[in-house]
Amino acid sequence: MSAIIEPIGILGGLGLLFGIGLSMASQVFHVESDPKVDKIRAALPGVNCGACGYPGCEGLAVGIADGEASVTACSVGGSMVAERIASIMGVAAGEVEKQVAVVLCQGDCEHAEDRYIYHGIEDCRAEDALAGGSKACTYGCLGCGTCQDVCDFDAISIVDGIAIIDREKCTGCELCVAICPKKLIEMVPYEQDVIVKCKSEEAGRFVRRKCTVGCIGCSICVKNCPDDAFIFENLLARIDYDKCTNCGICVEKCPTKSIWSGIEEVEQIAQ
Amino acid sequence: MDIFTILISTMFVNNFVLARFLGICPFLGVSNKIETATGMSIAVTFVVTLSSIITYIIQVSILDTLGLEFLQTIVFILVIAALVQFVEMVMKKTSPTLYDALGVYLPLITTNCVVLGVAILNIQEGFNLIQTIFNSAGASIGFGIALVLISGLREQFELADIPEALEGFPITLITAGLMSIAFLGFSGLV
Repeated sequence: MSAIIEPIGILGGLGLLFGIGLSMASQVFHVESDPKVDKIRAALPGVNCGACGYPGCEGLAVGIADGEASVTACSVGGSMVAERIASIMGVAAGEVEKQVAVVLCQGDCEHAEDRYIYHGIEDCRAEDALAGGSKACTYGCLGCGTCQDVCDFDAISIVDGIAIIDREKCTGCELCVAICPKKLIEMVPYEQDVIVKCKSEEAGRFVRRKCTVGCIGCSICVKNCPDDAFIFENLLARIDYDKCTNCGICVEKCPTKSIWSGIEEVEQIAQ
Repeated sequence: MDIFTILISTMFVNNFVLARFLGICPFLGVSNKIETATGMSIAVTFVVTLSSIITYIIQVSILDTLGLEFLQTIVFILVIAALVQFVEMVMKKTSPTLYDALGVYLPLITTNCVVLGVAILNIQEGFNLIQTIFNSAGASIGFGIALVLISGLREQFELADIPEALEGFPITLITAGLMSIAFLGFSGLV
């Protein structure tokens, strides 16, 4: 029995001894810290995603308490957290417009052509390194799920070979934006219901060969927009979200249906 | 072995970083500036020397007498972890600048192989208490020498025209390798 008891006794005894010593030392060498830091850390989501640019929520809490970071620095927490932190810091938070990440590609298996069959590491960055990936359109989503892996909030799913981000689950941490090798994921205001979901800057005839839902640069949307909200550059239409009123005219006019409409999606869910 | 031989041997011939390849993490992690490297060296020296003394006493008085040598690793880790915690507290109180500069590397001393390596080697070599103190002090000074040397070189890299592909860690690793080869020159000294 002593073969078991002795080691346990010694290890436990030493542990206890060090524990007591350390707790006494922590009393002696106690450093007064800003009580705000603890309160702010409690208010933060605590996922340590690093989207704010600080090393974890602890780092941001110190940053906010020092006044380096704004009270709205936590994009993940949104306005709820910002308000709580603002009340701790004693300042007004102001309105934070919620931004969500959107994959700007609709070229799923049904609509987009492939150039070759990719057998390799299931990682978009690896596939992208192989002549820009298997998709005929070099701008399109490769659908390996690299963004899905990096998402801490389970908001991204791969459907029919492209990534789709759930607007409700997205917290706007921008981790997927950073990792996408195609630079396909962009931040869009949560309220925005009309988005050009294509990044192809190729001429229309090439786009048509590769994908049936790509932007062919016909600029019909630009001509029909009542709010002058379209920016047409490099044979690609883009919406200025500040000007857009979500009227949906462009969605109807677009010949290739490359303009995605959240209005329809909402109606479909309602039905 | 006399004390002088032990010191020279652990500082140069068997330099823990460049000849035994222990403690590579802080060697690469905290070697950006000479200032922080010096601070880290002092912290490591303190922890290594103190932990070696305590581990030696525990080994001789408790583990050897009770025949529980197999507990060596876990007990030593316990001692080191407690010591590092203690050093961290003291440093936070007395020198917040150094505490901030060392950042995550201070808790990392806990799992640093130099500290455990020195403690275990002291026992393996059969040193007495005086030899243990000098061996561990020499080992950590050797660690400090390597750390300060490479941080000095890395400060120079800031100004040097390094090929883009080698910037940052690659050139540091190459330099570390060259330093290791240079330190081979000390072999046979003792």
